[in-house]
Amino acid sequence: MTLTAPAFTKSIDARGMACPGPLLALIGAIRQGQVGDEYEVISSDAGSRTDIPAWLAKAKHELVAVVEGDGFARFIVRKAH
Amino acid sequence: MPARVVVLGGGVGGTLVANLLSKELGQEATVTVVDGTGMHLYQPGFLYVALDQANALWLTRDERTLLRKNVGLVVDQATKIDPVAQTVTLAHGETLAYDYLVVSTGSRILRDAVPGYGDTHDFYSLDGALRLREELRRFEGGRILVGVAGIPYKCPPAPVEFVLMLDEYLRKRGIRSRSSITLLSPLNRAFTIESASKLVQPIFDKQGVSLSTFFNVETVDAAKRTVSSLEGETAEYDLLVLVPPHKGSPVIEASVLGDAGGWIPTDRNTLQHKAYERIFAIGDATDLPISKSGSTAHFEAPVVASRIASFIRGTAPKTAYGGRVMCFLETGGGRATSLRFDYAHPPIPPKPSRVWHWAKWIFNRAYWVTVPQGRVG
Repeated sequence: MTLTAPAFTKSIDARGMACPGPLLALIGAIRQGQVGDEYEVISSDAGSRTDIPAWLAKAKHELVAVVEGDGFARFIVRKAH
Repeated sequence: MPARVVVLGGGVGGTLVANLLSKELGQEATVTVVDGTGMHLYQPGFLYVALDQANALWLTRDERTLLRKNVGLVVDQATKIDPVAQTVTLAHGETLAYDYLVVSTGSRILRDAVPGYGDTHDFYSLDGALRLREELRRFEGGRILVGVAGIPYKCPPAPVEFVLMLDEYLRKRGIRSRSSITLLSPLNRAFTIESASKLVQPIFDKQGVSLSTFFNVETVDAAKRTVSSLEGETAEYDLLVLVPPHKGSPVIEASVLGDAGGWIPTDRNTLQHKAYERIFAIGDATDLPISKSGSTAHFEAPVVASRIASFIRGTAPKTAYGGRVMCFLETGGGRATSLRFDYAHPPIPPKPSRVWHWAKWIFNRAYWVTVPQGRVG
């Protein structure tokens, strides 16, 4: 996977958007997506580092990668079912 | 020739942007609002109607009475936008040409998108709120579940507000001890904002409101009275209240201007369509992962009005949207907190108090003579 030139199904830039927040935006995108779709979520909320993996584990979707940026993190996620 | 600005949708954002443009530009522009009903609906009031705290008559006004006299109002449904020809086609056949278009068409709810939804209750439309009010008046106790059946949805705090106000309502009716209330939260806490969740959780504990986490409602089985989540769990109910799935306006889909949910791909600062610079989007209509709420539309409208005025005058834009949102969160017992944030400043909600509850009450009552006219910024 090339992170510098991604071809995500959807990229969600939720930086600074406290409400509804990055995880809800991701859940919404996955609900509308197709199996195998990949999503990028950019979050400046420190809580995302635990919340996003926790939901993915419960809902059984795949966390492909977490890429740290300057004051934010990018989560690459695949819809698994 | 004056510039032509067409505004689709006469809600909070559309009405405000039209009034601000008319005031700013005067004879330099013709401003026309297109609205399918011609009636302005104050949606934050649904919650209070459902819980028997407000009269439904308070929630609607004739849109004409909220617009400045120089703003045109066309009561018709926009059916197609042609971003290349810069025209909007209306249901009755008329075509409006525009130089700048503002899409403020809000969102619609799709109950049928949830298998088994049937007569499940909600407070996300006036009809739904009135039906729920009648059901609650008849309710004599049982298991109440409140959940979220689609994302995004309007006013993320609303389910939390509803369960805490419902707790108070059932106590007043003397049937709280015969009832259980459970919030089925889509997240791993009560509310999206962690700091607000920490304020709310002790109130849940004190009032005996249960929380079921990571429960994103997927299906309802009305015969068995069960609701199931996409995370694979099932819960039983006697009364089910759901936030229905939301979608963007049909005109966005018909014009192939949106994403899969019918939301406009919108720049988070300029509020312009990412592919068409003469189309702006505000409020629920955008694809921004920010609150779908009147508050968001309220703070976006002045930015869009200012930027359009700058374009028309050929000057550099003076403002950009910084992500400003301000709203109240009722916590029951006549108390509320407030949520204020922007892209650079996360919210720091104050301890719930009567002050914020009354601030919300005054804001709601004063809405009709303040917000649409741009009297509060």
